[in-house]
Amino acid sequence: MNKNSNIYQILYSAIMVVLVGTVLAFVYMALKPKQDDNIANDKRKQILSAIHIPTMTDQQVKSTYQKYITAEMLVDEQGNVVDSTANVAFEVDMKNNVKASDRKLPVLVSKLDDGTTKYIIPVYGAGLWGPIWGYIAVGADGKTIYGANFSHESETPGLGARITDDPDFANAFSGKTLYKDGAFKCVEVMKKGQQPTNGADYIDALSGATITSRGVGNMMQQCMALYDGFFKKIQTQNANN
Amino acid sequence: MLSKKNKEALFNPLSKDNPVLVQILGICSTLAVTASMEPAIVMGISVIAVMALSNVIISLIRKSIPTTIRIIVQLVVVAALVIIVQQFLIAFDYDVSKQLSVFIGLIITNCILMGRLEAFALNNRPWPSFLDGIGNGLGYTIILVIVAAVRELFGSGSLMGFQVIPQWCYDHGYENNGLMILPPMALITVACIIWVHRARNPELMEN
Repeated sequence: MNKNSNIYQILYSAIMVVLVGTVLAFVYMALKPKQDDNIANDKRKQILSAIHIPTMTDQQVKSTYQKYITAEMLVDEQGNVVDSTANVAFEVDMKNNVKASDRKLPVLVSKLDDGTTKYIIPVYGAGLWGPIWGYIAVGADGKTIYGANFSHESETPGLGARITDDPDFANAFSGKTLYKDGAFKCVEVMKKGQQPTNGADYIDALSGATITSRGVGNMMQQCMALYDGFFKKIQTQNANN
Repeated sequence: MLSKKNKEALFNPLSKDNPVLVQILGICSTLAVTASMEPAIVMGISVIAVMALSNVIISLIRKSIPTTIRIIVQLVVVAALVIIVQQFLIAFDYDVSKQLSVFIGLIITNCILMGRLEAFALNNRPWPSFLDGIGNGLGYTIILVIVAAVRELFGSGSLMGFQVIPQWCYDHGYENNGLMILPPMALITVACIIWVHRARNPELMEN
C-alpha cells in the first residue's frame, strides 16, 4: 500500500486520534476520584490556613478540618441563615456563585483551640491572567480580620503568584478591620505610600504585581460588601449580650 | 542487550552529546523550572518518562507513518503521553503538579522530544530508541538539577527545601541573592556549565 496516498494518510490519522482519545478518556476516568480528593484536600488546607492552622500531611487534613470547622451555612444578603446542612458552604462552587443574581453566601464557622469563633468567608475575583480566590477569617466581633489565604490559577510566578507564596502578604490582612465607626469600609490594597481616601484600613500592594494586587483589593471589596448584613447581625448580637 | 552502539545511545547524551550543553535543546524549560530542586527533579523524571515512551512508540510505528504527516503523528503521541503524566501528577503528587502547572504542558513543545524523535526514533529499532530516550532524558535532568542546585543554594539558601546556609551567616549580614531566582540567572548558570564542559572537552569546541 502506498504510504503517501491520501486515503492512507486520512485513515492513519483517524485511527490514531480515536485510539489516543480512548486511552486518554480511560486514564481520566480511572484517576478522577483520586484527583478530586486531592483538590478537595487542597481546598481544606487553604481554609485552615486562613485561621492560621499550619499545613499538615494529607492524612491529617480531613480530621483537622472536621475538628476546627464546626458549622457551615449559606446566608442571604440580609444575614439570615437559609441553609445550614453539613458541608454546604464547602461544596459551593465560587465561580458560579459570584455570577448568580440571587446569591446564597457561604460562611464557614470555626472554633479555635482557645474557644474563640471565627467566620471564614470565601472570596473570588480576577487577577491578571486568571481567577484568584481566597478565604478570609473574620473574628467573633464581625469586624476584624483574623487571617487570610489567597490562591490563584495562573498568576506570574515570582510576581503575582506571591499573593500565595509570600506569607507576609496574606498575614498583612490580620488585624485589619472591615468597619470604621459602624460603616462598612473594607480593608484596601494600596500602592506603597498611598492611603485610601475614605479612611479605611489598608495594606501595601506587592511591588511588580500591580494588577494582581488591585484584583485582590477589588475581590475583597466586592465579596465582603455582600456580607454586610451578616456582619451587622453579629455586631448587634454582640452589643445586646 | 547493550552493544557498543546501544551504549553510545544511552551514555553519550550524558556528556559528549548532552541535549542541553551540546545540542542546545530544551533551554526554555531549563530556564523555567530550575528555581528550586524539587520541581527540577520531577520535571526531569517526567521528561525521561515521556521521552522514553514516545521514542519507543514512534519507533514501533515508524514503518507505517506516512512521511508527510510524521510531525503531526509525533505531536499527537507526545501530547497524549504528556497529558497522561499530568493526570498522574494531579492524582499522586498534587503539590508538585500545582508548582509545575504550565511547565508540564510545555514538555510537548520541549525541543529535545521532537529533536530525538526526528533524529533517532524514526530510523532506529525500539530498544535503541528506548535507550536514547532514557539517555537524553538523563542528560537533560542532570543539567536541570545542577542548575537548580546552584540557583536554590544561592537564591534561597536551601537545597530540596531544607535550609543549608545556617542562620548565623544571615546574622552576620549574608543575604540570599534574589537575582538567582529570576530566569536570567538560569541562562548565565547554563552558560557557565557549557564553558566548563567545553573547556574539559576540547573536541567539542567550535573554531
